[in-house]
Amino acid sequence: MGSLLNVTGLTVRYPTRFGTFTAIEGLDLSLEPGEIHGLVGESGAGKSTIGAAIIGLIQSPGYIAAGDVKLHGESLRSLSDAAYHKLRGAKISMIFQDPQTSLNPLLTIEDQLVETIRQHSDASYGDARERAIELLKETGLQDAEARLGEYPHQFSGGMRQRVVIALALCTNPDLIIADEPTTALDVAIQKQILALIRQLAQDRGVGFILITHDIGVIAEITDSVSVLRNGKLVEEGKTAQVLGEPRHDYTKALMAAVPRLDEKLDRFVNILADEPALATPELQWNVVGASEQFASDWLLKGERPTLADGPVLSVRDLDVTFYADRPFAWGKKQGTRALRDISLDVLPGQVLGVIGESGSGKSTLAKAVVGLVRPTAGSIDFNGAPLPLGRDRPRNHAARRKIQMVFQDPYSSLNNRRTIEEIISEPIRFFKLAKSRAEQRRIVASVLSLVEMPQRAMLKYPHQFSGGQRQRIAVARALVARPEFLICDEPTSALDVSIQAQILNLLKELQARFGLSILFISHDLAVVRQMSDQVAVLKNGQLIETGSAEDFFASPKADYSRQLLQETPSLALIARH
Amino acid sequence: MLSYWRRIRIENELLYLFLHNRVAQVAAVIATVAIFGAFFAPLIASTNPHDLASFDILDSFLPPAWTEDGDTRFLIGTDDQGRDLLSAILYGTRLSLLVGLSSVAFAAVLGTSLGLAAGYLGGRFDAVVMRIADVQLSLPAILTALLVDGVARGILPREQHEDLLLIVLTIAIGLSLWVNFARVARASTFVERNKEYVQAAEIMGQHPVRIMLVAILPNILGPLMVIGTIDLAVAILLEATLSFLGVGVPADQPSLGTLIRIGTEYIFSGEWWIVIFPSMTLILMIISVNILGDFFRTVLNPRLR
Repeated sequence: MGSLLNVTGLTVRYPTRFGTFTAIEGLDLSLEPGEIHGLVGESGAGKSTIGAAIIGLIQSPGYIAAGDVKLHGESLRSLSDAAYHKLRGAKISMIFQDPQTSLNPLLTIEDQLVETIRQHSDASYGDARERAIELLKETGLQDAEARLGEYPHQFSGGMRQRVVIALALCTNPDLIIADEPTTALDVAIQKQILALIRQLAQDRGVGFILITHDIGVIAEITDSVSVLRNGKLVEEGKTAQVLGEPRHDYTKALMAAVPRLDEKLDRFVNILADEPALATPELQWNVVGASEQFASDWLLKGERPTLADGPVLSVRDLDVTFYADRPFAWGKKQGTRALRDISLDVLPGQVLGVIGESGSGKSTLAKAVVGLVRPTAGSIDFNGAPLPLGRDRPRNHAARRKIQMVFQDPYSSLNNRRTIEEIISEPIRFFKLAKSRAEQRRIVASVLSLVEMPQRAMLKYPHQFSGGQRQRIAVARALVARPEFLICDEPTSALDVSIQAQILNLLKELQARFGLSILFISHDLAVVRQMSDQVAVLKNGQLIETGSAEDFFASPKADYSRQLLQETPSLALIARH
Repeated sequence: MLSYWRRIRIENELLYLFLHNRVAQVAAVIATVAIFGAFFAPLIASTNPHDLASFDILDSFLPPAWTEDGDTRFLIGTDDQGRDLLSAILYGTRLSLLVGLSSVAFAAVLGTSLGLAAGYLGGRFDAVVMRIADVQLSLPAILTALLVDGVARGILPREQHEDLLLIVLTIAIGLSLWVNFARVARASTFVERNKEYVQAAEIMGQHPVRIMLVAILPNILGPLMVIGTIDLAVAILLEATLSFLGVGVPADQPSLGTLIRIGTEYIFSGEWWIVIFPSMTLILMIISVNILGDFFRTVLNPRLR
């Protein structure tokens, strides 16, 4: 029994036209003042619904079907709407994921803070302003007094999140619900924000409910944790105990799927079963003669690169500058340098992991290699021959087939209006890799088997699949071109951790089998750790460090790399609790 | 079979929302009746108003059948020429819909291809096309139509003019409507062209025309179809207006607009039915097509749902 918050048997239902959907079932939760309680689970587990239920803002037509929420021993369910409205902000506050959208862009932060403070107390404008400055100082904003009159867009992401936290603290709440407070932030900023939350919990005795999908974050700051799956509580307890010695199979599997920073594993083990597999008759639907073996043979049949000594891809002194439109016809061109003096080599059959925070130019590098972006200087050599840059690369250039790309967002990388068969057969048809329609169909079905999808999937449309399944289809599309070189731009950042583990396993498997060379781009050090043989670190368009992955993770040379490594939340932290 | 119907009813987004929207259902019924009536006009109508021999000037200005002086042969009365008004409305709707549909089709093809190319290629082509669109937009639709009609009358010899009247009318109306399609197509293309599936096609080295038509076009059809339904109503109205002004369809083949124009001359002398019934038909048809267009806009745009 927590003395701050007690949730007992909470059940939330959503009536839909497909029948009633139970989002949360029989959830118990308790919280002491000053405690940080983590809610962790994959998408669809009901984490955010719990937050909404506590604060009384469940979206219509959802409703609380059973259970009770007690704050300080007082039931919140019996409150009228008006009383609840008073309570929100006064006793319970919320911090949202995206600081970009949770502040009103048209008001200064002074207006927003003062308005909130005066809404909940009788303070005069002057007093409220004083208080706002104090709060901003407390949340670690430098020059609080001077910056009070600024608008949200004048602050950086991390600073903005500090303002949001100050806004949540305005009314001295007893409980703050933080919904993915650091997901939109870079690791360095994430570290600072988490430290701030920890400190506020200690100094003010505020109880926090921290909703996140990131087990690293949970390990870093929470006292206790609830693991959720499909709206049900799987396991609950002290963080160190739950993450250190998970008892439930699901928690164990979840932990195993988290990429580790301290050692490189051959494959992720103990992967959770995929979402309820397509019904059995679906699995029996086959294209005649299509099989995983056929796909494997077919992919290997293409001309294989003779493993030369030299690098497959070699980038020399690459510069990319983006020019904005000229203000006047005779005005000077304004440019931002997205990449400067980048030199990289990718060795045959190896994976080069490119690490960088947002805005570091990782994606620009990928786009320059595939010819979507025209570099302003430098050269790119592929298999020893220089690649024509940007639009100069002819449409029938051999590299168009040999270099393929897997994109970040599986929801936008597949054309929603075409069937999976049409999507995957596009490269086969375009590069004339099949002699007949029947052969093309057979290849598509086989490659689907290869990426562990039922062959029947080829008849469906992308929206009928989940994110992980879509990413498999995207990998299949890249594979059928028989590439020698694969570029993966954050291929798993939109996916849940267990799905991420499956996709990473798949990529490793394919890489080993077909001897692909891969340029693997990610902001997540642990993922890069698991995938790469070589590592390159980018910051603000400049190359900070390159080297073998083993050396890099054992002893990074550059200060920036060392800092990055330290700031990445890791499961190793559990030991410290 | 029944369970199949039930499943389809629940799973099909469009059908489900349609079955839960009374207004859209009523609109669909009216639009269907109008289209059906127009299509089968020769079978339904008791007389052929285009055939001068089929009506008698002695029957002119007969009020609807249910009034004192009514004649049972003419359910809703006759006009100044003695034409059966019901038959005239059926044939007139047919003409109005024909002109409306073909001019919208013309505008859609012209506007969509220009907008798609402008959105995808960007740069100078985009600037030129959109400036032309701006100029077009600054001219009222009715002026564009009058301009085209006037030019056509000047160029074409008199006898050919009668034959080509419908085509001229279609082009005139189409030219004043293409801007909507171009703007929407361009804006949607801007959104789509930065998506990764388009980049995937570009990386492969596919031809830009193929990327535009095969990859992007199907993804921007939704909003364009909505523009289509709304512009259909606009086109029918425009045709009615032009016919009302006397520059539309030939006088011996009255469209709804012509009928209304004739009717207004007699509104103060007590022959109200000549103007009321064609007007009601036009209003109901336009409103129902507009409601359907709005329904599609709401259904196809998840943000408005």
